[in-house]
Amino acid sequence: MAAYFRPTTLEEALAVRAAQPVTVLAGGTDVYPIRANKVGWGDMHRDDVLDISAIAELKEIEQTADRLRFGALTTWSQMRRADLPEAFAGYQAASRDVGGVQVQNRGTLVGNICTASPAGDGIPCLLSLDAEIELASARGRRTVPIQDFITGYRQTVCGHDELVTAILIPRPPAGAVGDFLKLGARRYLVISIAMVAAVIAADDTGVIHHASVAVGACSEVAKRLHDLEAALLGQPLASAPDLIEHAHFAALKPIGDLRASGHYRDSAARDLVRDLFVRLSAEPKRRAA
Amino acid sequence: MLDKAPLGVSTIRLTVNGEAVTVSADPFASLANTLRDELGLTGTKIGCDAGDCGACTIRVDGEQACACLVSTGQAEGADIETVEGPGPDGLTEKLRKAFLAHGAAQCGICTPGMLMAATDHLARNPATSRAEIEDALGGVLCRCTGYLKIVDAILDVAGGSVLETPRAEGGNAVGARIARVDGWPKVAGTDLFGADDAPADALWMRVVRSPHARATFTLGDLDAVVAATPGLETILTHKDVPGENSFGIFPHTRDQPVFAEGHARFRGEAIVALVGTKEAVYGLSDTDLPIAWTVEPPVTGVGEARIDGAHVVHSGKPDNVLASGRVKCGDVEGARPTAAVIAEGRFETGFVEHAYIEPEAGFAVPVGDRMEITCCTQAPYMDIDETARVLGVEKSQVRIRPSACGGGFGGKLDVSVQPLLAVAARVMGKPVRIVYTRTESMSSSPKRHPAQVWARSSADGEGRLVSFELDGDFNTGAYASWGPTVAGRVPVHGMGPYKVPNVLTEARAIYTNETPAGAFRGFGIPQAAIAHETLLDDLAEKLKMDRWQIRRINALGNGDTTPSGQTLHASAGLPECLDALKPDWEAALQRVAEFNARSDGRKRRGVGIGCMWYGCGNTSVANPSTMRITLKQDGTLTFFNGAVDIGQGSTTVLLQMAADGLGLAPDQFDMVIGDTDLTFDAGKTSASRQTYVSGNASRLAGEDLRAKILKLANAGEDARLSLDGGTLTIADGQASRTIDLATLEADGEGIVLDGIGTWDPPATALDENGQGSPYGTYGFAAQTAEVEVDMRLGTVKVIDIVAAHDVGRAINPTLTEGQIHGGIAQGLGLALMEEYLPGRTENLHDYLIPTVGDIPPIKTYLIEDAEPTGPYGAKGVGEPALIATPPAILGAIRHATGVTVRQVPVLPHRLWESLNGESGS
Ligand SMILES: Cc1cc2nc3c(=O)[nH]c(=O)nc-3n(C[C@@H](O)[C@@H](O)[C@H](O)COP(=O)(O)OP(=O)(O)OC[C@H]3O[C@@H](n4cnc5c(N)ncnc54)[C@H](O)[C@@H]3O)c2cc1C
Ligand code: FES
Ligand code: FES
Repeated sequence: MAAYFRPTTLEEALAVRAAQPVTVLAGGTDVYPIRANKVGWGDMHRDDVLDISAIAELKEIEQTADRLRFGALTTWSQMRRADLPEAFAGYQAASRDVGGVQVQNRGTLVGNICTASPAGDGIPCLLSLDAEIELASARGRRTVPIQDFITGYRQTVCGHDELVTAILIPRPPAGAVGDFLKLGARRYLVISIAMVAAVIAADDTGVIHHASVAVGACSEVAKRLHDLEAALLGQPLASAPDLIEHAHFAALKPIGDLRASGHYRDSAARDLVRDLFVRLSAEPKRRAA
Repeated sequence: MLDKAPLGVSTIRLTVNGEAVTVSADPFASLANTLRDELGLTGTKIGCDAGDCGACTIRVDGEQACACLVSTGQAEGADIETVEGPGPDGLTEKLRKAFLAHGAAQCGICTPGMLMAATDHLARNPATSRAEIEDALGGVLCRCTGYLKIVDAILDVAGGSVLETPRAEGGNAVGARIARVDGWPKVAGTDLFGADDAPADALWMRVVRSPHARATFTLGDLDAVVAATPGLETILTHKDVPGENSFGIFPHTRDQPVFAEGHARFRGEAIVALVGTKEAVYGLSDTDLPIAWTVEPPVTGVGEARIDGAHVVHSGKPDNVLASGRVKCGDVEGARPTAAVIAEGRFETGFVEHAYIEPEAGFAVPVGDRMEITCCTQAPYMDIDETARVLGVEKSQVRIRPSACGGGFGGKLDVSVQPLLAVAARVMGKPVRIVYTRTESMSSSPKRHPAQVWARSSADGEGRLVSFELDGDFNTGAYASWGPTVAGRVPVHGMGPYKVPNVLTEARAIYTNETPAGAFRGFGIPQAAIAHETLLDDLAEKLKMDRWQIRRINALGNGDTTPSGQTLHASAGLPECLDALKPDWEAALQRVAEFNARSDGRKRRGVGIGCMWYGCGNTSVANPSTMRITLKQDGTLTFFNGAVDIGQGSTTVLLQMAADGLGLAPDQFDMVIGDTDLTFDAGKTSASRQTYVSGNASRLAGEDLRAKILKLANAGEDARLSLDGGTLTIADGQASRTIDLATLEADGEGIVLDGIGTWDPPATALDENGQGSPYGTYGFAAQTAEVEVDMRLGTVKVIDIVAAHDVGRAINPTLTEGQIHGGIAQGLGLALMEEYLPGRTENLHDYLIPTVGDIPPIKTYLIEDAEPTGPYGAKGVGEPALIATPPAILGAIRHATGVTVRQVPVLPHRLWESLNGESGS
C-alpha cells in the first residue's frame, strides 16, 4: 500500500514533495475520478499521496490595496460566497456551475488549474483577471502568470518538487465588471462545450478603458482574445456586441470530440462572447459584489 | 496526525452522526468505502465512485460532499452526517416521511444522497424555492423518478406541511395512493442493495475484461501469479466453468460465454476473474497478468456488419443477422399509389445506457450441494436457468434471493454477476462477493439497440393512413441478449398506434463487435416511434392538417383491428388520451405563437405531439405468474410474491390487488418477495407485465383465499372480513361469525388456509406475416412537449410536457404518475443528450442523463379505460411512459425551428449543423 502524508505545515509538505513522487491531494474532485477511471479498466497503480488539505496557511483569502490572494485550498463554494469586487462576478458565476454543490464544497480553484483540463471553467476566469500563480518548493517561491502556468493539454509548469500556494490577482481597475457564460448539454454537472469569461471596465461616459476576454474548451489551453480586446478599447460599451469579428478568434483551434464538433465550437464561442457583451453592456452595475 | 510517512493502515478518529468513532483504514480509501466497509453504514451508496452521481452524498462539517471524493484521512476530526442520522433538528427524519408520502423514492438507490443534499439545503435555507432546491440537488442523479416528486417532497418540508398518506381498508386498496409498502427502508437508508451485504468471510471477485472490441488472446502462467500474490486465491478462466460456458435469453441464443475462450468479441467482455481478499484483487493490475493480445479490426455499426465479406461475429450466422421479424397486411405496393401524400425518411439512434444508479453486485454462498445467490436482478427465475446450466446442475440446486434493486429498466434482465459468482463460489467452496465498478457496469451490460430505420408512410386527402412501411437494422452488439425480442416487437408496433390497412414492417437484429444490446424500456419501439411520428408530422404538413387532428383520425380505438389482425375489443384508449390533452395542445400552440411573434429570433419555441402503444407481456408466448397468500394459526397473513420490485412499485400494487381480492387491508400482510425457494415463479419484471399479469395472479390468490374463508364460514359473497390476531371475523349482513384460527388444522408451518392464483395473458403465435394476437392488451399514450430552442447555439430546453396515458386502471395513482415522470425523463435523455460510445462515454461524467434542472413541469392525465382481462381493469405503464416523449420533443424542435431532426440525441452541435445546413457529424 502506498504511503499517505498529511502534513499541517507547508514546510513539511515541501519536504515530502522534494523527497519522492507523490500525487498531491486537495479537494480530491479530480484525483478520485481519475483513479476510478483507471480502476474501472484494471489499472491499480498508485503513487504515494501528499494530502495538503490540513495546511492552515493555504486556506486564507486576503485582500490588500493592490491585490487579492486566494490560498491554494480556496474552494469553489468559498469563492462563490466571498465578498469580492465586481470584476470577480464572472469567476463567482463559474463557481456556481462547477459540478454540483458537493463538488463546489470540496474542489479547489488551484486543483482546477493544476488539472489543466481544456474544459476547466476556472481557467478563462483567471485569464480574464490577469492572475498570477504562486508556487513554492524547498528551493524557494516564484510566481508565474496564468497564461504561462498552463503549457498544454493537462500540463503545467508546476515542478515535481513544487506546490501551488496561491492565486494572486491584481486589484481590477475601477468600474471593472466580470461575467462568465458556459455552454453544455444539460443543466447541472456538465462539462463545458465552450465557456467565456470577460472583465470589462468603462468610464463614466461609457467608454471602455479595460477589456480582457478569454475563451475555454476551444483550444488545448484556454486563450485570451487580444485582438478583440484591442478593438474594444476606446469604444462605447454599448457597442461591444457589434465589434466582434471572426478574425478576433484566430487564436482558437477548436477540435471535435464527443461533446461537440470543432465548427460548432468556433461558432458558439463567438455567440457566447456576444451574449456576454450584451449582458455586460445592458446592466454594467447590476450585481452586488 | 499523519504528518509522518505512514504506510498502510492508519487510525483515524472522527464523529459520525454525533458519535465519536475510531477506524483503522487506508487513509486514501474513500470515506464512502470506510463508512460502508469499516463502520457498516451502508446507507451511503456508491453509484459511480467518481463524484458524478451524488448517491454517496453526506455532510462533512455541515456541508454536503460526495463521500467517494473525500479521503478517509481527510475525515480525521471531522463531523460526518450520513443518511442514518436524524439530521439537524430532525430534518432528515421529516424529509424521509415527505419522500415516502410523495412517492419520491422509487428504487431508492439515490434516496440517501437526495435526502442528504436536501437536509444540507434546508438546514441553511429553510425558506427555499423550487429553483434553489434544484440548485442544491443538481449534484444527485436519479434515474427513476424524473425528480418532480422529490422536489415536491422537499418543498412540503420547507413549507411545514407534510402530506399524509392514506391508509387503505380491506376492499378499497385498489386506487388508493398508499405509500410504497417497501418504502421505509429506502428512505431510512437501511434497504440492502446488491453491494450492501455479504457474509463476513466472503472472498472478493474482480473480473478482468477485454480492453479491445475484437481480439484473440492467450493466457500465460496464471498459477505463478496466484503463488506470487499474497491474498489472491485463484484466477478463474473458462476452464473453471463446471457446466456450459454460455448464457443467454432464449434456448437457441445462448451465445455469450461466462469467460471468453481465446477470443473477445467486444470491449468489456469477461476474460478471467481474480478471487481473493479485497486488497489482493484490487491490488493487482490487469497488466500484471500474462494475457497476450492480438488485436483485430472490429465490426462497428450495422453498416459494416452487413457488407459482403464482413467479418462473421458468430460462425452460425454468416450474414451477421441474429434474428428478424415482420408484419405484412393488405397490399402496400398496390395501395400507396392511391394515396394523396407520401412521406419517407431515414432515422438513426445510438446506444443508450440504462444508467441505473446501482452497479451490478451480489454474493454467492455454497450451501451443501446448492448455490444461493443474492444479487440485484429483474428476473430471478431466469437467473436460475442460466446459473444452473453454467454450474451443470439441476435448477433445484440454485436459489436466487434478490436484493433490493437500484434500478433496472431492462438492463438487469440478463444475468451479469450471477454465473460469475456461482463459478467462483463453487471453485472456492466459500462465499464470494462482487461489486461492479461504474465503468465495468457500463462497458459490459446490455444497452438499447442503436437503430438505422427507413420508413415510408402515406395518407389519403383526409389524412387517413393508407400504407406504412418500415425497414430497420438494430445493432445487437456482440451477443444476442434480447435482440430477437426487439426484432419481433418492432414490426408489430412500428407503424404506431394507428389504423393502417396496408403495412409491411421488417426489423433485424445484427451482430457487431460492440457492447451487447438487449432490453431497455420499450424493446426497440422508442426507436421506431421516432420514425412513425415524424412521418405523421410530414403527412400533416403536406396536408396542412393539425398534427393532433391527424393522430385523432387514425388512432386505434375500441373495436379496431391492428395490422397484426388483432381486434381490440376494449381498453384501446388512445382517442380518449388525445381528447384529454387537446385543450393543452391548443393552449400550447397559442402560447408558442405568441412567444415567437414577440421573439427577436434568437429563441424560438415549438410544441410537438407523440403517440405510442405497447403490448403488455411477452410477445406471443406463455408468461404466467403465480402468487400465494397464507394464513397461519396465529393470524399471520403472508403474501408470497415472486415479482421483484426494481423501483417501479410492484410490491405495493400487487399487495393492493391481493388485499382487495381477499378483503383485508394491505397493512395486515407480511410479505415475502422474490426468493425463489419461497415464492412461485412470477416471471420477470419486464415487458410492463407485472401489474397486468402478476396483478391478476395476486388478485386471484386473494380471491382464492377469500372463497375458502367464506366457505368455511358459510358466508355470502359480500361478507366483510376482519382479522385480529388469531381471530378472523366474517360479517355477513347482520350475521357475524368468528373463527379462532388456532382451532383449524395446520400444516407443518402452522398454515391453516392459503390462496393461490395463477394467470397467463391470452396471446397467440404470429404467423410468417406477423398475423396473430401477440399480446393480451396494449397500453396507449399521447404526450405533448413544448421546447425553447436557442437558434444560434442549437440548445434545446424542454419547458413543458403533458402526458395522457391509458393505464386501464391506476392501482396506485402516485406510483403510476411516478412511472410516467421517470419514463419521460428517460425519453428526454434519449432525445437530447444520451449516447453511449464504447470506450468514450463509459462513466456518468461523459455519459449524460437528465439532472433535476432538465425536467420540465409534467401534467398527467390518467385515462382509465378498463381492460377486461386486467386485474381491476389495470394494464402496464412502465415502458409506455418513455416511448411518446422523444417524438414529441423532436416534433417541438421542428415546430420551433423548421428543421426536421432524424438523428438522436439532438446534441447542440447536431441541431446547429441542421440549422446552418451543414452536414451532420
Ligand atoms: C462531478 C464533477 C463535476 C465537475 N464539473 C466541473 C465543471 O463543471 N467545471 C470544471 O472546471 N471542473 C469540474 N470538475 C472538476 C473540478 O472539480 C476540479 O477541477 C477541481 O477544481 C479540482 O480541485 P481539487 O481540490 O478537487 O483537486 P484535486 O483532485 O485534489 O487535485 C487535482 C489536481 O491538482 C493537483 N493539485 C491540487 N492542488 C495542488 C497544489 N496546491 N499544488 C500542486 N498541485 C496541486 C493534484 O495533484 C491533481 O493533479 C468536476 C468534477 C466532478 C467530480
Ligand atoms: S458514488 Fe460518489 S458521486 Fe457517485
Ligand atoms: S429512485 Fe432515484 S435512482 Fe431510483
